[in-house]
Amino acid sequence: MTAPATANAVQDDAAGQLLAFPAPETARATRDSRPLRLITCGSVDDGKSTLIGRLLWDTKAVKEDQAATLRRDSSGKQNDLGLPDFALLLDGLQAEREQGITIDVAYRYFSTDKRSFIVADTPGHEQYTRNMATGASTADLAVLLVDARVGLLEQTRRHATIATLMGIKQFVLAVNKIDLTDYDRARFEQISHEFRELALSLGVRQVTAIPLSALKGENVVYDGRASMPWYDGPTLVEVLELATTRSAQTVGFRLPVQRVSRPGESFRGYQGTVAGGSVKPGDSVVILPSGMVANVTKIVTFDLVRNAAVAGDAITLVLDRQVDVSRGDMIVAIDSQPLTGLAFDAQIVALQPDGIQPGKRYWLKSGSRRQRVQVQPASQLDLKTGKWEHAEQLSMNAIGKVHLAFDEQAIFDPYEQNRTTGAFILIDPDTNNTVAGGMITAKRSALGGIHTEDARVILSLPADLADQLMATELFAGRREDAEVRRVSAGKASEIIDTIDG
Amino acid sequence: MPHTHPETELHNPQSTKPPLDPHLKALENEAIHIFREVAAEFERPVMLYSIGKDSSVLLHLARKAFYPGRVPFPLLHVNTGWKFAEMIAFRDEIVKRYDLDLIEHVNPRGAAESVTPFSHGSALYTDIMKTEALRQALDAGQYDAAFGGARRDEEASRAKERIYSFRTPDHRWDPRNQRPELWNVYNGMVRKGESVRAFPLSNWTEVDIWRYIQAEDIPIVPLYFAKKRPVVERDGMMILAEDQRLELLPGETKRDEVIRFRTLGCFPLTGAIRSGATSLDDIISELETATVSERQGRAIDRDQSGSMEKKKREGYF
Repeated sequence: MTAPATANAVQDDAAGQLLAFPAPETARATRDSRPLRLITCGSVDDGKSTLIGRLLWDTKAVKEDQAATLRRDSSGKQNDLGLPDFALLLDGLQAEREQGITIDVAYRYFSTDKRSFIVADTPGHEQYTRNMATGASTADLAVLLVDARVGLLEQTRRHATIATLMGIKQFVLAVNKIDLTDYDRARFEQISHEFRELALSLGVRQVTAIPLSALKGENVVYDGRASMPWYDGPTLVEVLELATTRSAQTVGFRLPVQRVSRPGESFRGYQGTVAGGSVKPGDSVVILPSGMVANVTKIVTFDLVRNAAVAGDAITLVLDRQVDVSRGDMIVAIDSQPLTGLAFDAQIVALQPDGIQPGKRYWLKSGSRRQRVQVQPASQLDLKTGKWEHAEQLSMNAIGKVHLAFDEQAIFDPYEQNRTTGAFILIDPDTNNTVAGGMITAKRSALGGIHTEDARVILSLPADLADQLMATELFAGRREDAEVRRVSAGKASEIIDTIDG
Repeated sequence: MPHTHPETELHNPQSTKPPLDPHLKALENEAIHIFREVAAEFERPVMLYSIGKDSSVLLHLARKAFYPGRVPFPLLHVNTGWKFAEMIAFRDEIVKRYDLDLIEHVNPRGAAESVTPFSHGSALYTDIMKTEALRQALDAGQYDAAFGGARRDEEASRAKERIYSFRTPDHRWDPRNQRPELWNVYNGMVRKGESVRAFPLSNWTEVDIWRYIQAEDIPIVPLYFAKKRPVVERDGMMILAEDQRLELLPGETKRDEVIRFRTLGCFPLTGAIRSGATSLDDIISELETATVSERQGRAIDRDQSGSMEKKKREGYF
């Protein structure tokens, strides 16, 4: 491996570094050593299998006996460098080998001495939306592959759109087969430029473009300076080593309760994985949907009683009083609560041949909570144009905006604020199959509903006073009835003025 | 060197061991999440326990997931009668030490029809004594969820397996028709007779397993550590020859070699490797420079290409 990349450059320099990761703090001592999850998008023609094969090969994730099996299976089918056919390494299912296609999302693992990586490898053609959405749901970064000779394709836009929709904010544009253009720098810069414009139109800011040859292994793990002296940016692996992993630590505390642990009369703990923010003993929390208030007394784990837990930690929480908490409830920060209500807006990806039927009742599962929901499609994304068009129903692979209507209180954060508490799946009660993945965009205001005649009061309070009021049992008990927005003092007075006017 | 005899060590919850590195911590958190989710969503979960290193990690994670409570499901060991003797001794010690419920199942056909790895060949033997036996045990227990220690990095067909892997009432896996799995939201809805296999270690690699065993002081079967042991060469593999169940074939001779095992299964089908690794540090550094995969020592995987997928479709773990 080469020297660590200096990925702080922000200029659009000749190296193709469009906008690198603005993270001097990441590059410093506290480098993120959690595994990076990434998704690779591109078609067989772009050399995707070769790229992943190259990553596994050059990081020594493929062992000799696996390569031997590969050589036996490919019966002489080797590329011109004498390396095995990487596509066979990746396509593990018999049907795939027989038909020469990739059916399903596969997960690959490799590591460098700095970090380990989980790659969601998705097929480029058939049902790409469904598979891409699945792979992208857990990914922190997307690698979009293009053929240097061909440039951006319609599918590049599609892949970038889907990845953005699923919440991915870091992109690498891998301009592959650069060797077949005679390492044409102008060609690379032209493609990089086009992609930057596309990325900006999607609101993506973190893009790195890399000229590479997966076949020859240039700028993948090892640098390609010998062939491309004009490129002094990072290799693909260097970018991946420095990328940031998703973190929900800056938002409010969320603990979806998976199960209640009662090993004996003396102990009662709530087990789950922290889905946002952090918690420590002494914190005041609210249990949703009941609205009961309690204080945290202990955070229990197998190893020791902890002083604090942060997003991602699997913990057992002990509260200071007897409250009714069961699986599916959410324990949240008292001063930063999620949205609760009976109606939400969401974007969904339809995953099954039957699509999504308007008005049909599905199961919705989010975190540990499962409840009935009615789904009303409103519009569908045209992946060619990027425009939303009116739709009554959604067929397989469609991306749509929908209204969700619940029988019982639902609890969500907007997906862009929290990729765990804002995500859900839909399950068809007839087949038990997962038919959609969804992302909450907003709560639909209950004020537009049947209670419009009821009297309401809009209060504008200093934040600390509001927090104290909301911490009272009286308020928490009727949390459903209140709408709370945190705004600046200036904005608040502006709003109040509007009403007066 | 405490790691040389980990089976005599008891993990001390009050120990002041250093915190896990963020990578292992993330894998541990994910596995605990899966354990709790399955335990909460299914009526009759069971954990497949094969006594190997992955099972040892799996069990450790289960104990962590439900602490301070007991592990709320039984362990199922599908025995063939041909496991290494040290494995069985280790199993019984662990079950006692951690107060676990163990169910052991052996396919009665083994005794009735004298099915052995020698008489029936590895493929048929595995089919009867492992795949069929597992189906029998799962049916008998009416389990709707079974935890397994499979990892996606082990084998090509596993790379596409879900964390909740759906099985039909006759335990079949349909790789072409798997439920999509997004985020960490798992679909645990099954009808009567249907089930899932749940794989909390899906995203772990072999090195992760060893590093975690080291970091958490997890007891493992001593056969993983190098020692001078009697072996016999057969079908290109070194078979452990300290067991009366092994009959030497004409021309075969026992010899002593310093060896260890990278995976553990039925002793006549598991090849040893020459190794001087007597500690976890040794094993990890050996692994980091290894040029062959762990399944290389397994006779059953080499029968044919796609053989694991085939076994899995028929209900093998």
